[in-house]
Amino acid sequence: MYTVTLGTRRYTFPDLKTLLAKATSARSGDVLAGIAAETGEERVAAQMALADLPLATFLGEAVVPYEGDEVTRLILDTHDHAAFAAVSHLTVGGFRDWLLSDGATTPVLAALAPGLTPEMVAAVSKLCRLQDLMVIAAKCTVVTRFRSTIGLPGRLSVRLQPNHPTDDPRGIAASILDGLLLGAGDAVIGINPATDSPERTRTLLCMLEEIRQKLDIPTQHCVLAHVTTTLDLIRGGTPVDLVFQSIAGTQAANRSFGIDLALLDEARDAALSQQRGTVGDNVMYFETGQGSALSANAHHGVDQQTLEARAYAVARRFAPLLVNTVVGFIGPEYLYDGKQITRAGLEDHCCGKLLGVPMGVDVCYTNHAEADQDDMDALLALLVSAGVTFVMGVPGADDIMLGYQSTSFHDALAMRDLLGRRPAPEFEAWLARQGLLDAAARIRPGTLPNHFRALLPA
Amino acid sequence: MTRRDIDDRDSEAWAALRSLTAARIGLKRAGASLATAPLLDFRLAHARARDAVQAPFEQARLHRRLAEAGPSVLSVASAAADRRAYLMRPDLGRRLSADAEAILAPRAAAWDLVLVVTDGLSAQAVERHAAPVLAGLLPTLTAEGWRVAPLVVVRHGRVAVGDAVATALGADSVVVLIGERPGLSSPDSMGAYLTWRPQPATTDADRNCLSNIRADGVLPAAAAVTLMHLLRAMRARRLSGVRLKDESDAVRDDRAGEAKIR
Repeated sequence: MYTVTLGTRRYTFPDLKTLLAKATSARSGDVLAGIAAETGEERVAAQMALADLPLATFLGEAVVPYEGDEVTRLILDTHDHAAFAAVSHLTVGGFRDWLLSDGATTPVLAALAPGLTPEMVAAVSKLCRLQDLMVIAAKCTVVTRFRSTIGLPGRLSVRLQPNHPTDDPRGIAASILDGLLLGAGDAVIGINPATDSPERTRTLLCMLEEIRQKLDIPTQHCVLAHVTTTLDLIRGGTPVDLVFQSIAGTQAANRSFGIDLALLDEARDAALSQQRGTVGDNVMYFETGQGSALSANAHHGVDQQTLEARAYAVARRFAPLLVNTVVGFIGPEYLYDGKQITRAGLEDHCCGKLLGVPMGVDVCYTNHAEADQDDMDALLALLVSAGVTFVMGVPGADDIMLGYQSTSFHDALAMRDLLGRRPAPEFEAWLARQGLLDAAARIRPGTLPNHFRALLPA
Repeated sequence: MTRRDIDDRDSEAWAALRSLTAARIGLKRAGASLATAPLLDFRLAHARARDAVQAPFEQARLHRRLAEAGPSVLSVASAAADRRAYLMRPDLGRRLSADAEAILAPRAAAWDLVLVVTDGLSAQAVERHAAPVLAGLLPTLTAEGWRVAPLVVVRHGRVAVGDAVATALGADSVVVLIGERPGLSSPDSMGAYLTWRPQPATTDADRNCLSNIRADGVLPAAAAVTLMHLLRAMRARRLSGVRLKDESDAVRDDRAGEAKIR
């Protein structure tokens, strides 16, 4: 039981998950779940109670019961008490002040990460303004490697997302060509397949491998099929760089995705056995998004932002190359408008970085949400300022397969110019070799380089 | 080669590439940013998609049009009172309004199938494509001896509202024709969902889906053929969903709304 008195009104919150839910900034998904604060005053009352809560409380009270949930067991059983010692005496409010302090430097935060649980970082993020979320995240550096090095300071990587409604390999290759010319693809060249057909996935992987080899691109590729499909393909000898899977913050939600931790372990081992990375062996790629547990009716009465942070604890277990939150994809019943999407994107990024996850964001919206390109421009600029690891690059921001709007090759280019971010070093050197950089080292493709013509249809 | 020759060669190459995909590739730049023409093209497409989501459902007009083609038609509403409630409360869009039962109950019988048409996220989609799909389906169903319930048109419905309709009418199976989430280049895309013996525990894994029914996607006539094929398989095997799909290569289970996060 947690209580706070404001004037003559006494607010009580029966348990930790209720306190967290009531302290969360307004969003439609928590209203849909019936767990949101009923008034503005109740929300701030919950934030005040949360600010006074000792951080160590989260090690004693689980928001999803330990016995029935392997994600809770993962979080508590792998918690690093020695790393936690640096902040174990603090309250959640004190922790916010500490994170913003000049003493919380990049190496200090990196050492702390294994001592933090997702519930701790979700809690502190609920007290933060957008500016705090940016300032704190910008101090976190998470570097991962496969064929390129992702997440170095001053860098912004891009996933090239060349989707096609019928998975037509030539149509996909056309989008890849466009993206490469505009400097996208250093995070990954990753296709969402229109179907989960193993044969189609194999065809696409073989095409990606051919393009990568022909142009000698220092990057990795991925077809974002279900993990079981990818696992079978690895066993069948198909070239697989990264294993993709959507993940969530509860065991039941993961079950609705057809996965558990053991399956992810198996997939990671299979990918590692390929030894395809040249500069490192981070072989997993995960996607998440607030609301997925509620949508699967697997939320246990926990707010969607806390559950999202728990998904990063799942990700962290598998040392991924890339994790991204597909923040505005799920629709207005979970994040209603540009304001809610913006806040969620910055929360997710900050929580992921505090937990030591290489966090990217799919800055996006659907046509039934109250949002437009102006909202995306604002969120993208805030995230790049906050040091986001990677964003999506979709031709003209219009994903013609998934039917939503993300960020474009041009958007990433504009942000790299505006905020002085460069691609991953290996990829940047490759862009220079292709003649795609101008005298000021900006990405400015002129004519189509001759050897790129190898990708053109015959 | 002169500069002009190179430019010509490049524009030929881009024309060839554009013929391979509807994706917005090779867009003109101004510095790092999008040039004005492609910027305005995008805004127009977004405006059309937004307008499609908000466009009022001309339920009475669609009712008349469908009834002219022969079948008996019933019009009802979901429990979502308006567009905003529909968008924010998926649970309301899955249930029928209080007075719907009174309209449906008198027509309950041992039906093999009920066909449901609902606006979903794009009223335009069903206003344009429901009638031609039904025109392809109904004669075949009749010829093959299906007992088809009156057609039900639902305002503000989600896919699962079909389960409630089938239960109210006592139908063994249901096909829901519904306006899909409008994409930037597809404001009027319709989906068709088949469910065998819907019940409260029915989930999306128990349904078969044919999506992208529109002028530049799956044409309504072709959709009717595929749906008929699935309906026969569903009735023969007395099931729908993932296990039915595995044997039907003809059907693409897109579930585009979930594809990315699943």
